[in-house]
Formats: sequence, C-alpha cells, structure tokens
Amino acid sequence: MLERLKEFASEFFVTGDPLIYGADVAIGITMITIVAVLTYFKKWGWLWRNWLTTVDHKKIGIMYIIASIIMLFRGGVDALMMRLQLAMPNMDFLHPEHYNQVFTTHGTIMILFMAMPFMFGLFNVIVPLQIGARDVAFPFLNALSFWLFFLGAMLFNLSFVIGGSPDAGWLSYPPLSELSHSPGVGQNFYIWGIQISGIGSLATGINFLVTIIKMRAPGMKWMKMPMFTWSVFSTCIIILFAFPILTVTLALLFLDRFAGAHFFTLDLGGNPMMYINLIWMWGHPEVYIVVLPAFGVFSEIVSTFSRKKLFGYKSMVFAMLIISFLSFFTWAHHFFTMGSGADVNAFFAITTMLIAIPTGVKIFNWLFTMYRGRIRMATPMMWTLAFIPCFIVGGMTGVMLSVAPADFQFHNSYFLIAHFHQVLIGGVVFGYFAGLYYWWPKMFGFQLEEKLGKWAFWTWNIGFYVCFMPQYAVGLMGMTRRLSTYGWDTGWWELNFVSTIGAFLMGVGFLFQVAQIADGIRKYKSLKASADPWDGRTLEWSIPSPAPEYNFAITPRGDDVDEWWEEKERRAKGIYPPEQPLEPIHMPKNSAIPFVMSIFWFIAGFGFVFGWLWMAILGLAGVGICMIARSFSYDTDYYIPVDEIKRTEASLRGSV
Amino acid sequence: MNKKPRSLIRIIIPVVLTLVTIALIVWPMLAGGQYVVLDPKGPIGSSQRDLIVISTILCAVVIVPVLILSAVIVWRYRDKPDNKAAYEPNWAHSTKAEAIWWTVPIIIIGLLAIVTIRYTYDLEPSKPLASEKAPVTIQVSSLDWKWLFMYPEQGIATVNTLNIPADRPVKFELTADSPMNSFWIPQLGGQIYTMSGMAMTLYLQADHEGQYWGSGANFTGEHFAQMRFDVNATSEEDFDKWVNDVKQQSQPLTQETYNTLAEPGTSNVAYYSSFPEGLFQDIVTKYVIDGQGAHSKHGGSADEASGAKESTTQDVDKSAN
Repeated sequence: MLERLKEFASEFFVTGDPLIYGADVAIGITMITIVAVLTYFKKWGWLWRNWLTTVDHKKIGIMYIIASIIMLFRGGVDALMMRLQLAMPNMDFLHPEHYNQVFTTHGTIMILFMAMPFMFGLFNVIVPLQIGARDVAFPFLNALSFWLFFLGAMLFNLSFVIGGSPDAGWLSYPPLSELSHSPGVGQNFYIWGIQISGIGSLATGINFLVTIIKMRAPGMKWMKMPMFTWSVFSTCIIILFAFPILTVTLALLFLDRFAGAHFFTLDLGGNPMMYINLIWMWGHPEVYIVVLPAFGVFSEIVSTFSRKKLFGYKSMVFAMLIISFLSFFTWAHHFFTMGSGADVNAFFAITTMLIAIPTGVKIFNWLFTMYRGRIRMATPMMWTLAFIPCFIVGGMTGVMLSVAPADFQFHNSYFLIAHFHQVLIGGVVFGYFAGLYYWWPKMFGFQLEEKLGKWAFWTWNIGFYVCFMPQYAVGLMGMTRRLSTYGWDTGWWELNFVSTIGAFLMGVGFLFQVAQIADGIRKYKSLKASADPWDGRTLEWSIPSPAPEYNFAITPRGDDVDEWWEEKERRAKGIYPPEQPLEPIHMPKNSAIPFVMSIFWFIAGFGFVFGWLWMAILGLAGVGICMIARSFSYDTDYYIPVDEIKRTEASLRGSV
Repeated sequence: MNKKPRSLIRIIIPVVLTLVTIALIVWPMLAGGQYVVLDPKGPIGSSQRDLIVISTILCAVVIVPVLILSAVIVWRYRDKPDNKAAYEPNWAHSTKAEAIWWTVPIIIIGLLAIVTIRYTYDLEPSKPLASEKAPVTIQVSSLDWKWLFMYPEQGIATVNTLNIPADRPVKFELTADSPMNSFWIPQLGGQIYTMSGMAMTLYLQADHEGQYWGSGANFTGEHFAQMRFDVNATSEEDFDKWVNDVKQQSQPLTQETYNTLAEPGTSNVAYYSSFPEGLFQDIVTKYVIDGQGAHSKHGGSADEASGAKESTTQDVDKSAN
C-alpha cells in the first residue's frame, strides 16, 4: 500500500529538480502566510463578503489586475530563466526539457493569463464609469467570468508542481502536442487551463458589448463615446468571433488525446495543418484583441495630458473598426513557409500589410493631438510617449515580416521574436501600464508617487531596447527560436549576453513598480487623490475617487466626447446643471455562485487532466447544480435608499 | 537655491544612459557573428536579401520622418510656463491633414504590395531555378532530432551533413517522420517546412563553393537544438569523388537501421553507401489509408508521389492552382 502510494506520488508531483523543490517550498510558505494573516486579523469574513462574492465591476477589475500582475511576475521569472540559459553558449542551467516547459508557460501565461486579465481589469474598472453606467450589463456573469479566468489560470499554474508543465510551445502544434509525442498530463493542463478561462473571456466579451450598446448615459450617441470605450467595443467584436474558434480547437485536441479521436493526429486521416489554421484564426485576432484597448488607453492619455481634444476622432474610430475586421484575414501569415503556394501567400501578405494603414493613421492622430497642445510629463504620459517610437519600429518590422518571400528568411528566427515582443511590450504592456497609472487614483483613491515610477519607467525602457534590439540582429545571424542552447561556433553569444542584461533590467523595472505600489500603500492616507487629479476629460473623473459602489448618484448626460471637460468649462463660466432629486438606486446583490461554480469547473478540469472520470463528472455535476441554483434564486437585487446615498456622497465629497 | 548643478545632472544622467544603451546595443552587433541572412551565397538568398533591403527602405521612408516629427512635437509643445508655441485646445480636425496621412501609407503599402506579389511568384519555392544544368535531387526527412538526407541519383544517404555541387540547382524534396520541422540554410535561401504525410519542394543553389550551415527552424521537442547540419558546396568533381568515397567507405542504410535512426534521440554525422529503394516515398505515404493521403492536393507542395515518379514542373503548377 505504502509502495503504491509512493509510486503515485512520484508521478503526481513533479520531482527531481531543485528549482521545483524551491518553488514547492515557496508556494507552501506563501499559502500558510496568507491563511495565517487572514486568520490573525480576522479577515475571512471581509474577504468573503467584499471580494470572493462581489459582483461590483470595480472590485472585479481590481482582482483581475492583481491576478495579472502576479502572472506577470511568474511569466517574467520564466523569461529571466530562459535568458540566463541563453546568456552564454552551452549553458547547463536548464535541461532542454525544462527549457521547453519554461518557454511554453512563458508564452501562454503572458498572453492568456497576463495580458487578457490586465485588459479585462481595465475594461471592468473604467468602461461603466466612462459611459455613465451603474454596472456592467450582467454583473453576475461578470463575476463568473473573473472566477473562471482565475481558476483556469490556477489550474494551468498547478502543472508546475503537479503532473508536469506543457512543453509543446504556447500554441501547442500537433502532432507534438498529441498523445503520440506528449504522453504526459502537461498538455491536458494547457487545454483545460485555457478552456476554463476561455469561457470567461468569451462571456466578458459579450458582457461588454451589451454594456456598451445598451447602457450608455443619455445623450451619449455612438460618435460621442470616449475612445477607450470604442476600443473596448472593437475588441469585444473580435472576442465574440475569435474565442469560439479557440474553444472548438482545444476541444478537438482534447478529444484526440482523451477519446482517441483523429482530428489532428498524423494517422487515420488526421491533419495537423487543420489545427494550425484554426489556432491562428483565433491567435492572430487575439493579438489585436490585446492591443486595441491599449490604443484606447493611449488616446485617452494623449488627449488628457496634452490638454487638447483627441485629433481626428472619426478617423480613429474608423481605423479601429477596420483593424478589427482585417484581423480575421491575416492568419496564414504565420505559416507562409508551410507551402500554401504563391496565391495564398500573396493574399495574406497584402491583408497583413493593409493593417499598417489604419495603424499608421492612428499614430498620426496621436501626434497631432499633441501638436499645439501642452504636454505634461506625468508617468501615464511618459509610457504613452515611449510607446509611439517603439510601436512605429515594431510595426515596421511587422510590415517587413509580412513580405511573404522575405518572411522565408525571418520565420521562426529571433528577428520574429524581437518583432512580436516589441509590439506586445511596446504596445500592450506599455499601454496597460499607462492605463494603470492613469486610472490608479480612480481605482484606489490615492496617488502613486512619481519618483519611483520614473525610475521604473526608465529601467523598463532601457531594458527593453537592450534586450530586444540585439535579438533582431541575432535573428539575421540565423538564430532560431526555442533553441535551448547553442555553441561557441555560432557567433551569437555577445548579442545573447547583452539581451540577457536587458531582460534583467526590465526585471529591475518591475521591482521598482512593486516598490512604488508598496510605498504608496504605506502612505496612502497622505496621498489621497481628488476626484479629478489629472484634469481629465471623460465622465469617470466627475465622480469621487474611489468611485462609490453605485458609481453615479445621479445618472449623468454624455452629450460630448469630452463631456466632463465641457462641463468644467461650463462651470467656469458659472453655468451649473439643474439640481436633480436623488432616487433610490437599483443594485445587484452579491453571490457566492460564481466562485463556487468556478471551483467545480476547476475540479472537473483537474479530473479531465488526469483522466479521472469520476472527478470530472463530480465537478461537472457541481457546475450543473450551481446553474440550477442560480436559475431558482430570485433574491438577486436590492435598492440603495436615498438617505444612504446622501450620506455616502457627503462623506466622499467632504473628504476631497 | 542651487538650481544650476541639479539641472546639469538632470541632463548628464539621460545622456550617459543613452550612450551606454546605444553602446550596449551596437557593440555586440559589430562583434563576432556573421549576418548570414544578409550575406547570401545563392540566387534565392540574394533575391530575398534584396527584398529585405527594398522593404526596409520603403518603410524607412515613412517611419524616419515620423520619428523625427514625434520628437519635435513632444519637445515643442511640452508644458513649460514660458513655452510660446501655439496652444489650440479645440483644434481636433483637419480634412486635408487626415487625407494626407491616409494617403501616404496607402501609397507606400501599395508599392510594397506590388513588389511583394512579384517576388512571391518569382520565389515560389517549388519553382525550378533557371539554369543550364539539370538540378540534383536530394530527399530530406526530418526525424526526431536529426536530419536524414537521401541522394536518389547517387544512391547514398547522410545524417546531419549535406554535400551539394556548387553552381548547380538543387531540388530538395522534403518530408518528416516526426513532428513538423523547418529546413533552413540561411545563406542559400529561406526555409520551408518538413511535414509528415506530404512532400514539399524547395529549389536552392549555392553559387560559390564553401561551407554553410543549416538548421531546423521549427520546434520539435526535447533535443530540437541539436538539429544542425553543415552544408558543403563543392565543385562537381569533388562532389562525385565524395559520393564515391561514401559508397566505398560506409555501411548501407537498411530498413532496420532506418527504424532505429527514426526513434527519438540525437545523432552524430553519419554516411550510408545505399538506402532502401523508395524509403522517401514510404515515409511520405506512411499514414496513407487506401491510397488516399491527407494532403493529396496541397498547393505549393509537390504531388504525394513526386518522389516515386519524377514530378515535372507542370505537376507542381497544377497543384499550386
């Protein structure tokens, strides 16, 4: 009996690597500390009532962002381990098998469990405030989306210590990801981690589409929406069409692995190319999903910090919608070299290049928003200004990659790696950081001090160029991606060594950010933010920081793109809006079901990962019961009485 | 207050940082390695290098002015009390200006598109190279984690090393008996995937004698990093001599040795005096049921049976259309 248990444990837990044992210990200590702290300060009830069961979009947004920063840390550590391994030729820091796991989890985590939730966090916190709504269209579904994402991400991360991590690359091409070549449970973790959080992503997409379509403040016509809201709208359209493809693709791969189907296997008529087409039909739109909201953030910030109206509003909207449309017609540029033939390659080369046109237009519009403005160098603006040259260069290398016959020399090389990191870090990460700094006071009610933020900014930026510019060069020297090691004879080591220095500089930049936030939390009382600390232009700045749970005591009007700016100008002239009577506010009630149901999804997923059908069925039964319970619960809303609104408003306004 | 020294430091720090950054980026780019992609030794590689240069110039025409413009705008309109530049907070639309920056990218992309289409058809990998000499055919199969090269005309095979005659087109027929990889010899030209169940065609040529190196460019699992090979381009005589040497000095590749070779693992360089007839076709058609392949008609790739019967250019063109 003991022997059998031992044998089981040795397969169940990942063993044999000191790094993993270190992680085991670290995870254990962290868990114990969290439990101890919560118990000591008697915070369990607070955690349950205020966070685990909340349906408040602002709190959900904050949880998304916290989770994504933790994932940024994990993905970043993965990146640093890779860079260490590649710093010198013939390094023996990571065994090839381990290296393969590390780059796989790095990619998957950064895109799906860092960028996506960071983006959803910003959606959640800001969109309802910008359009003058009290919450999103479906608050319960919103909470469910978050918990599905969170537990999906946890399931994926669990593979680090239990069962073994996936190691077939972030898109898991078959046949490498099939049972024939990846017999372990790692690929199952990949499938179910993404699958569970993917349901949440799709639901969020629908939720925000409906919110933007149906819940805008009176007077806010389509062409009066703030640009960030427009970017969320365009992104959600892409999510709506792209995520179902991912779900189906992974489901088919799972059927191959679990039920012996042959969709993508080599034998019995399976076709790996079909997977590669499908996954990129999702995968390419996915990069536009994450970058469009960043464009929205930059539009808001450029306008606010130049104290000027956004230039070319209609062009901006039009450009963004074109990008969402075109994003579905470029997927085959990821495999020009798989023998699709000249006709197909020419078509996809052109569609890819076309995207440069609306993107270029957006850049010009941002530049001309600053032109004849007054540019203030606060941290959100600094990240925006760093984005512009970075994205221009990254965009240019993107166009170079889209030239199909030239791509035959770039494909799978470090030139490609440098390109997509430049657009994803320079575009997406810089954008989300800018957004986080910009809306931080609105989320938490206090300002972060700029000094550490500027240190973070400079180390991140210098680190970025030192890390990725050499990678373009080493790509032209023939270094291909996913190499776990290389020899002295290649002539690649100087570039790789410098690149590693750059990666660690970015790591230092991240530490500065953590220090900045920690410092801010320590002194938050003295850093209290006003309702409108940046002299903003849109409705979110018209309410106190942090926003009260009902957002707007009186439903605002949205007659202008820069409604709040106009309102401030009117007030300066002594024109005040007529006093409106307060009315009781209709609010959704907290619910434990999203959290519990996601736990059941986690259990089901874990069962599928290990092929334990009883556990999977148990989990799915729990999911079903939760759905039924929700269908029969009628006590889902309440009203905030006028007295309470008055008290809240008085205390919030009074303290400003 | 001592305002002067502080502002001096504020200027010095970024200048020093910028210089250090530039030095860090530029130094390794000049040291050591060789830019193989930009130093082609064959017609395909040269055309691709030209295309890289053309597309870089076309892009640079737009982005360099834009980068300068960005710097100027940010500097000129920074928020300083004594800044005398114009401030027009409500100036947010100009049809003329927007028409310009919709038109300029459209023109540039239009030009680039024309160039791209021309080169895409010119450099279609299965298109034979113009040459007076008949191409030599080499059959390539990527295995877990090694490369197998078969020379059907010479009747020999090698592992992880490739010899070709210089100044003569080489017709590579490629497949995989493993997860898909990508066959890349940067100095001769761009890569093409090797995929199970289908045969791809790639024409390359080395204009000069010399040693080039190649690698697998698409990740295939644990020891993927070991899938490198040298390409020796020699004169026609040296090539024939080398073939004879291999024939006389090596063991044959039997079906059994192939089966061992195809198992996952790394391998040293190896030479074989012969290989089983039709081995390449056997690998391609390994998964075919009832004579129907997964990719019986796939554009750009050669016909399934291309290895068996000498596939002609027309065959390839048919499947590409």
